[in-house]
Amino acid sequence: MSVRLDDTTAGEVSSAINLERFRQGSSAVNRVLTLVIVADEDTQADAVVAGAEAAREHPCRILTAIPRPGKTEPRLDAVITVGGGDGLGELVELRLRGHLSQHIASVVLPLLVPDSPVVIWWPGKAPATPAEDPVGRLAQRRITDAAAAARPLKALAERLASYHEGDTDLAWTRITPWRALLAANLDQPHDPIAGCTVEAERNNASATLLGAWLHGRLGVPVRLKVSKGPGITAVSVHTTHGDITISRPSGGVAHLSRPGFPDREAALARRTAEGLIAEELRRLDPDEVYGETLAAVPALDAQPPLPVAAATMSRPSNAGTDTPAAVQAPRRGATTRTTTRKAAASTTATRKDAAKKPPAPRTAVKKKPATPRVSVAEPTPKKAAARKSR
Amino acid sequence: MRTRIWTPTENPLRDARDRRLPRIAGPCSLVIFGVTGDLARKKLMPAVYDLANRGLLPPGFALVGFARRDWADQDFAQIVHDSVREYARTEFREDVWLELCKGIRFVAGDFADEAAFDTLVDTVRDLDRVRGTQGNHAFYLSIPPKFFGDVVQQLKRSGLSVSEDGAWRRVVIEKPFGHDLESARQLNETIDEVFPSGSVFRIDHYLGKETVQNLLALRFANTMFEPIWNSNYVDHVQITMAEDIGIGGRAGYYDGIGAARDVIQNHLLQLLALAAMEEPLTFSARDVRLEKEKVLSAVTLPTDLSLGTARGQYATGWQGGEKVIGFLHEDGIAATSTTETFAAVRLEVETRRWAGVPFYLRTGKRLGRRVTELAVVFKRAPHLPFSVTDTEELGQNAFVVRVQPDEGVTMRFGSKVPGTQMEVRDVNMDFAYGDSFTESSPEAYERLILDVLLGDPPLFPRHEEVELGWKVLDPILEHWAEGGHPEQYESGTWGPAGAHAMLARDGRQWRRP
Repeated sequence: MSVRLDDTTAGEVSSAINLERFRQGSSAVNRVLTLVIVADEDTQADAVVAGAEAAREHPCRILTAIPRPGKTEPRLDAVITVGGGDGLGELVELRLRGHLSQHIASVVLPLLVPDSPVVIWWPGKAPATPAEDPVGRLAQRRITDAAAAARPLKALAERLASYHEGDTDLAWTRITPWRALLAANLDQPHDPIAGCTVEAERNNASATLLGAWLHGRLGVPVRLKVSKGPGITAVSVHTTHGDITISRPSGGVAHLSRPGFPDREAALARRTAEGLIAEELRRLDPDEVYGETLAAVPALDAQPPLPVAAATMSRPSNAGTDTPAAVQAPRRGATTRTTTRKAAASTTATRKDAAKKPPAPRTAVKKKPATPRVSVAEPTPKKAAARKSR
Repeated sequence: MRTRIWTPTENPLRDARDRRLPRIAGPCSLVIFGVTGDLARKKLMPAVYDLANRGLLPPGFALVGFARRDWADQDFAQIVHDSVREYARTEFREDVWLELCKGIRFVAGDFADEAAFDTLVDTVRDLDRVRGTQGNHAFYLSIPPKFFGDVVQQLKRSGLSVSEDGAWRRVVIEKPFGHDLESARQLNETIDEVFPSGSVFRIDHYLGKETVQNLLALRFANTMFEPIWNSNYVDHVQITMAEDIGIGGRAGYYDGIGAARDVIQNHLLQLLALAAMEEPLTFSARDVRLEKEKVLSAVTLPTDLSLGTARGQYATGWQGGEKVIGFLHEDGIAATSTTETFAAVRLEVETRRWAGVPFYLRTGKRLGRRVTELAVVFKRAPHLPFSVTDTEELGQNAFVVRVQPDEGVTMRFGSKVPGTQMEVRDVNMDFAYGDSFTESSPEAYERLILDVLLGDPPLFPRHEEVELGWKVLDPILEHWAEGGHPEQYESGTWGPAGAHAMLARDGRQWRRP
């Protein structure tokens, strides 16, 4: 049942929710959190559907705040749906007209479920600094979506500049299955890694994050290649004995090839909005790994352009059967987003860099005074050891 | 042989803080013996598909069926397809199915048939080659225990039970783990002879239920329950697993087994152990198991078993608006059968924490409704500063963990009835863990199969626990075997009069769950 309240106040909305709950005989409070969605009329409907789907896994109260700025008198209209057909939580649609659209927090604050986490999601345009936004300040988890911006890569740079713990971005959530598959592949014994290539559509923020993650974690050169999409289409991990490649040309099933294994396929569907939000709601503490990955983006961009030979740099002489050309071929002439600075490093120098220097992303961040909020850990001794073993 | 650079613990892409990343099983296959059975069709194969659909199976995963059927690979694939279509939890996706299908194989044969096992060896080798399963294979024995011996011996003879070069071989067995202590030990020896104990996974799907694990979280992650979780405050504990169905077509399995062996020995004693155990040092498999074993060793039986136990058989009656026949009239059950369809026992746990607190366990078929719950019933307040009439309707406080259906927690306590008079009455406060979780939370089998493939043992009972369970149950079964018939109880009710009398003697009564 929906209840419509025109020209109302947060207090009235709150009573209406309680009354509606009471009327349905379900006074028990199962809601584990409040999800606040701030969106315009165009994006709100889809976002609410996704949020409501995710609420199946995380019973919550969903407050959708739709600012309607304009010259009209300040006014609040609300539509309340409690325990709709699906027996879901509570959906509250709030339209804030006129000057009130500047004061979303004043309406949202009294409606938060007491003493439980608050998550805010901007499915469209996000504020410059989510954590300092009046509504964002109410939440411990702030979800943005760089892919929804007109210029996703610029949006990603803004996320880095404004990063606070508790921020997260759906561009990052989207690559969880890719990361899982890559991590699972490296769970298996493998040869030393020389570099990685990520292929994706132009201006894909997720691809940049995936590249930064690999670059930061593995400490090897990572190149981004432009493909036709959809989304990310392939990731290759170049080892000294050939490539571990996961390709997903169509957006449904991934094709996996790896030296010493028959080619195989695995489910790797593009993700739905509700799946993304459900994943976000699963953990509400700061996502440090996201923070570090974001911080590694500048270093990814600042990589010296790779000499093509780098892929084969540490190939032992006893490699035998496979030809270096097989590895090089796809990379020659590839379009990369990396700067076209002249390659100063020779093959040997690159190898030395990769092996001896502390990982590039971390150094880069420490030097950058523009991003003081990102706390970045020193490389752990374990990782350093792993690197030395190569 | 190439050198290994990183073992999994050193994978630089893994980070303990990165909780988004699920663990995906490494290259492997699952060989199911007894694929024609209900369990395989309704639970195992759908669970495998659901895991594949969720991206948790390794690329190149293979599923091998073994049964006495004249099938080719594609016939078996069709069976899997049908069962997935009908029972899978997640949506059917053609591309996922096609990929899974590529790894489906079938081996026809008897459980003692050497040639069939040799074919299995070839099949598995071929999978290593074409699917890259790397010699990692799990054997799921979804077959009656009397065949376990044949199968494991064949696995040993054909060399399937051993692996080389870091690959693993695991065996999965389902309850019942024997029918008494003696047979459980034999069964265990049969399997131990071939597989090391770390490679044996005993599946008790109840332990895969979220709520069972939530019980540990409730107890050991909170401060508000543990201080009163002892004999100072707890009056008694009731553990119930009730089914509304009869034995259905399982007469062959059920006759001679009965409710106590079927349910109490494993599910209910496991629930008792989880509810009564002390805090484990850590949540590692070993530490949890140690605590469970400790508490199971402390379980004692009533001195007079005729007063401290009850058993029954369902009789013809009306169940939920349907007329149903009695147990003795079921197809395949002799009119003289003494197999019980209801069993109740009163146990005590002789530890400082639980001294004097009875644990009442009951299970049965054709009871009022389908429910599994653990209810901790507290003592009355030592003093009530109200008049007798004020608290006439006040019962005992209770903390109830509902395992299924409608997983969650209920707390019962007294509350004032609104109005001018002082009147205190029981109210229930509900936490519906499953209100919405059920839809997305994985089926128990999904989780258990994945744990097998990952080699993660915490949810699986070890043979020590199984044997301890039989040590508790054996004297009761012997007592019942000495003579007499189980009491009849009308279908659709909460069990025989004897079960009610058993609690009444202690001045208590069963909850109506």
